[in-house]
Amino acid sequence: MADNVKPKVRVPKTASAGEVITLKTLISHPMESGQRKDGDGNLIPRSIINRFTCDFNEQNVIDVTMEPAISTNPYFEFQAIVPETGAFTFTWYDDDGSVYTEVQEITVG
Amino acid sequence: MKFTRRETMLMALGATAATMLPGRAMADVDAKVAEFTGGAEIGEGGLTLTAPEIAENGNTVPIEVSAPGAVSIMVLATGNPTPGAAVFNFGPLAGAQSASTRIRLAKTQNVMAVAKMADGSFVQVSQEVKVTIGGCGG
Repeated sequence: MADNVKPKVRVPKTASAGEVITLKTLISHPMESGQRKDGDGNLIPRSIINRFTCDFNEQNVIDVTMEPAISTNPYFEFQAIVPETGAFTFTWYDDDGSVYTEVQEITVG
Repeated sequence: MKFTRRETMLMALGATAATMLPGRAMADVDAKVAEFTGGAEIGEGGLTLTAPEIAENGNTVPIEVSAPGAVSIMVLATGNPTPGAAVFNFGPLAGAQSASTRIRLAKTQNVMAVAKMADGSFVQVSQEVKVTIGGCGG
């Protein structure tokens, strides 16, 4: 179980219709690769976030399959089209079944 | 001991070949690529992989992939015990077929990206990253 998992995302507050914006996301997570050993030489079991998705008003922007080579505190930067006022939903899926979500609204003016 | 230019070149080649053949991991890489492409032929061009030439800390190496017109892009750390890094699938609202993230590299190795284009073709690109301190514990 990963403790203190805290997602952070950066989304502009406003955009013009059809504008391409840059989104940045960071989530604190140890991303235990399953390769490390503890002090007694026992393998520490794998515990990572294995999937990240970003949707805007139910339409998919990006869907990332994550594997152990992704660093601790996974960071993603990507671009999205904003067709209308709405909300970005960011979702992270943990190996242990936990799901972390973050919602950010954006206004098209 | 003195080496001629030719001998020096041969030694360098030998050393490169030796570092590029870590048996099992390479087989994993091939399996990953085959799974992603379904055995289709892989071309080149149209895919950019941006990674540092030298990474001081293998625990967090910034990379960026970009392939205009791609449906998905797979990133592999070919020298890691488990080479898979990420697969980016772009949806209808993706503003550009590009993404940045940070990956772990166990040692100096080639980072590889394979993109699936909208027409079903595949392209690949790879770049060597020299790692001073490896990630992945170990």
